[in-house]
Amino acid sequence: MKMSGARIVLECLKREGVDVVFGLPGGAVLPIYDALYDFQGLRHILVRQEAAAGHAAEGYARTTGKVGVCLVTSGPAATNLVTALQDAYMDSIPIVAFTGQVPTHLIGNDAFQEADNVGITRSCTKHNFLVKDGKDLGPIIREAFHIASTGRPGPVHVDLPKDILVKEWELVWPEKIQLRSYNPTYDGHPGQIKRAAKLLVRARKPVLYVGGGVISSNASAELYELAELTQIPVTQTLMGLGAFPMEHPLSLDMLGMHGSYYANMAVHHSDVLVAVGARFDDRVTGRVDAFAPHAEIVHIDIDPSSISKNIQVHVPIVGDCRRVLHALIEAVRDELPDDGPSEAREARKQWLAEIAEWKARHPLRYEWDDELIKPQYVMQEISNLTRGEAMVVTGVGQHQMWAAQYYKFKHPRRWCTSGGLGTMGYGLPTAMGVAAAHPDRLVVNVDGDGSFVMNSQELATCHDNNLAVKTIIINNGGHGMVRQWQGIIYKGRFCAIDFGPSPDFVKLAEAYGCVGIRATKPSEVVPALEKAFSTPGPVVVDVWVDKWEYVFPMVPAGGANTDMILENPTAVVREKAAKSQTGF
Amino acid sequence: MQNGSGPRKHTIAVLVENKFGVLSRVAGLFSARGYNIESLSVGETLDPSVSRMTIVVTGDEFVIEQVTKQLHKLIDVIKVSDLTDDDHVERELILIRVNAEPQHREEILRTADIFRAKVVDVTPVSFTLEATGDEPKLEALVELLRPMGIQELVRTGKVAIARGPKTRARKAEAPKRARVSEDPKVIGFAD
Repeated sequence: MKMSGARIVLECLKREGVDVVFGLPGGAVLPIYDALYDFQGLRHILVRQEAAAGHAAEGYARTTGKVGVCLVTSGPAATNLVTALQDAYMDSIPIVAFTGQVPTHLIGNDAFQEADNVGITRSCTKHNFLVKDGKDLGPIIREAFHIASTGRPGPVHVDLPKDILVKEWELVWPEKIQLRSYNPTYDGHPGQIKRAAKLLVRARKPVLYVGGGVISSNASAELYELAELTQIPVTQTLMGLGAFPMEHPLSLDMLGMHGSYYANMAVHHSDVLVAVGARFDDRVTGRVDAFAPHAEIVHIDIDPSSISKNIQVHVPIVGDCRRVLHALIEAVRDELPDDGPSEAREARKQWLAEIAEWKARHPLRYEWDDELIKPQYVMQEISNLTRGEAMVVTGVGQHQMWAAQYYKFKHPRRWCTSGGLGTMGYGLPTAMGVAAAHPDRLVVNVDGDGSFVMNSQELATCHDNNLAVKTIIINNGGHGMVRQWQGIIYKGRFCAIDFGPSPDFVKLAEAYGCVGIRATKPSEVVPALEKAFSTPGPVVVDVWVDKWEYVFPMVPAGGANTDMILENPTAVVREKAAKSQTGF
Repeated sequence: MQNGSGPRKHTIAVLVENKFGVLSRVAGLFSARGYNIESLSVGETLDPSVSRMTIVVTGDEFVIEQVTKQLHKLIDVIKVSDLTDDDHVERELILIRVNAEPQHREEILRTADIFRAKVVDVTPVSFTLEATGDEPKLEALVELLRPMGIQELVRTGKVAIARGPKTRARKAEAPKRARVSEDPKVIGFAD
């Protein structure tokens, strides 16, 4: 049966199991919206800016494990989407993005709302397609979903010229996808797994360093089993948070630039470091030649190009984290001596004791204040009130790091943050996608006053679609992370960071039909949060925090991870902090 | 990253899907990651759905390892092989239009003869020569002709192919150069 290209697109989405599409219509994709008019079984959520459609798809994908889908028109819509695509690319989030394109005979003619969409997205997607023949629609969409969700996941972009959408075609639907040029390796090399197992059981100071790959491959259970079996402490990257329960005694919390003292010390002194689904990002390693200098490094990753990219590793294992960990557990069991405590086992007890000492010496801490709200306190209370069970999304900046440090995650796939790209404005639209996928869960968007306004228009989307995102704005009256760097690294030459008292976030929320709450004193924090969490629908809580609070520990850029700054070194800043009244 | 060996030229053969945009994917990868392409030549293979690129790139061991891995990561890339340390034949074609003043005509022809270059165009004031060979040979030819005055010169970029087995037995078990990693799947060629 012949049908329009537009109808084929929707039919294919349905067959791929898509239930929600985040989108914004426009000229070139009007045929799709026309087909959507009476199409059953797809929910369309109308966003207010195209990047938000991309981020919402990311939130959906990150928390469900399914492919997120967004649909926007040509030209400016496609270029708006680029940030979300690059964000998903860097954080390996599977999304399929559809853009409209001018009719094929006009491509290259500088037509209205034309842009070289595939040319622009080529470097920020895992793969992209321009559909030039309607017969290819089915196979291309099938391939797009296949490529996005397999191997190292990532965004795939499909560009749809308008005439292809209008004309009628036979729907071609290949049952199986076989690409000769794309065959990810899933099972680790048995010899390498054996080598890794031998290293693990003989290690005296081992550490597991786990990242987003553990989340993408659903390997948390295997990770837990391995850590328990071998009693190896676990540190998580920003993208890996939730892979391992943070209240577990073996948890070292996050490592890296704003990681915990004990995580960075443990990694530095380790003799065997097992990286699982992590990519030795510069925010994790600090100065590379000083990173884990004594360790033999085992690196498990599905992407061969991640291995030995930044740090040379000793035992590379290419494969799916879950399958490799599973095999590694078996191999470790084979290696474990049954008879009595070995020498290594004794050394390991020492190692855990050493780590416990670091934990006791420099836990994550901040100074309480009776007048000024400390942002860390807000995060702690969010964590307490939600018992570590909420879906947490963040913007980018200081609040993001505090959320990462103080929210005690128990489960994977409940944390969305822009790790690689550091996209300010990521919070609200992503949280929207999470709320659309999980209408029964509490979705908390921890945002900054700088970050939030970059996509605050999406409050309208939340309101219109009843997406009950609870946004907590850690309001410090400016770009806090920049303030911190200018304060510490640039000797207090503060430049272009302070906002005037605008906007009024409570009124802003109300203008969009949402509920706005404000907290300006420590005693108001818990009641405000409780009210936000118990009020149905989208809520914005504007929390005025101490603007002179910095994120610690901090490894200055280019420093070694052992060169952590643990507390505010600048007396000037302290003095100012004492005088400062509120966030403004 | 600290490196083991200094930078040198590598000849990399890449089999790709013969699809729209594949050249810009490869070229984009090099520019995005800051690698420098010295030369690149593309052509169809026996199978018209597959093209073969020969890319010459300079880098140390780690850069080349990343280049091959990143190339392989492109969805349209079927196979990547670094021919540099394998037994292979490489050729490049050059066209040179050189001044041919009466006093130089003989010498140019003699030089062309020595290099087995062909004269493909003659005018009263110029010769156009066609020569093939590996890089040192072509460089030598250019140097010899330079004093006569080269008007214009064009090179195809290198193409390379692995040599066949010397015996009827399959490829000899010569020890391969140890790569940075010993995991055979790290490079991840799709076979």
